[in-house]
Amino acid sequence: MAATAEAVREAKDEAVHAPHRKLVIMAWSGDLDRIWPTLILGTTGAAMGMETTVFFTFWGLFPLVKDDVRITGDNWMQKLLSTMDRPGLEHVKLGKMNFAGAGPAMMRKLARDHHVASPHELLELAKDLGVKLVPCQMTMDLLGLHEDDLIDGLEAPAGATTALLEAQDATTLFI
Amino acid sequence: MSATIAKTLDMKGFACPLPIAKTAQAIRELDVGDLLEVLATDPGSVPDFAAWSGSTGHALIESTETDGVFRFLIRKG
Repeated sequence: MAATAEAVREAKDEAVHAPHRKLVIMAWSGDLDRIWPTLILGTTGAAMGMETTVFFTFWGLFPLVKDDVRITGDNWMQKLLSTMDRPGLEHVKLGKMNFAGAGPAMMRKLARDHHVASPHELLELAKDLGVKLVPCQMTMDLLGLHEDDLIDGLEAPAGATTALLEAQDATTLFI
Repeated sequence: MSATIAKTLDMKGFACPLPIAKTAQAIRELDVGDLLEVLATDPGSVPDFAAWSGSTGHALIESTETDGVFRFLIRKG
């Protein structure tokens, strides 16, 4: 086990000198292949003691809509958009090889078999570990989304300035 | 310095990032100096626990493997 112990010490020395103690993730996509890694990295950042914030903007906001909310929006165009692209974390699609939902269903089945946490489980973990989940105000206005359409435990909606200010001294990922 | 393990977290069979995320949750319940034992089977958890320990200030006292089960002993910092 000597080699392992050495590797452990090296990794520790490196981590102690990590420059950033903040993690900011810009989540702009509503695809499962992006929202899943976003939740994995956000959860891990918080578990590592990093002050972690995820900004959800554009299509990234759809997974934060409650799963049982079927239609969102105030006018016909916003409503039509929500019927074409059903909001809610339960209903997110794969960016590639969606196959009318068969792709994500297989991914979720594989994840269960391999004990990989589901997006829902990760979202709850993220909230519990103190990840700040910030919805984008502009997207909410654009899509006619209201705070009661969104899941509980989110921060107050904010704008691009807040996101960029937060990102100034943080490790920032655009997923 | 007590050698008694305050809590054991069994993460055998679980994949990244659950062993680390659940460890972060579990260690909140302990007092500074308490020992937390984590059991895992994900080989990625070996470098991950080392990195996590360095990043959080909780000391990784032991990192061993027996028959495919990794055992991490952590002292809360």
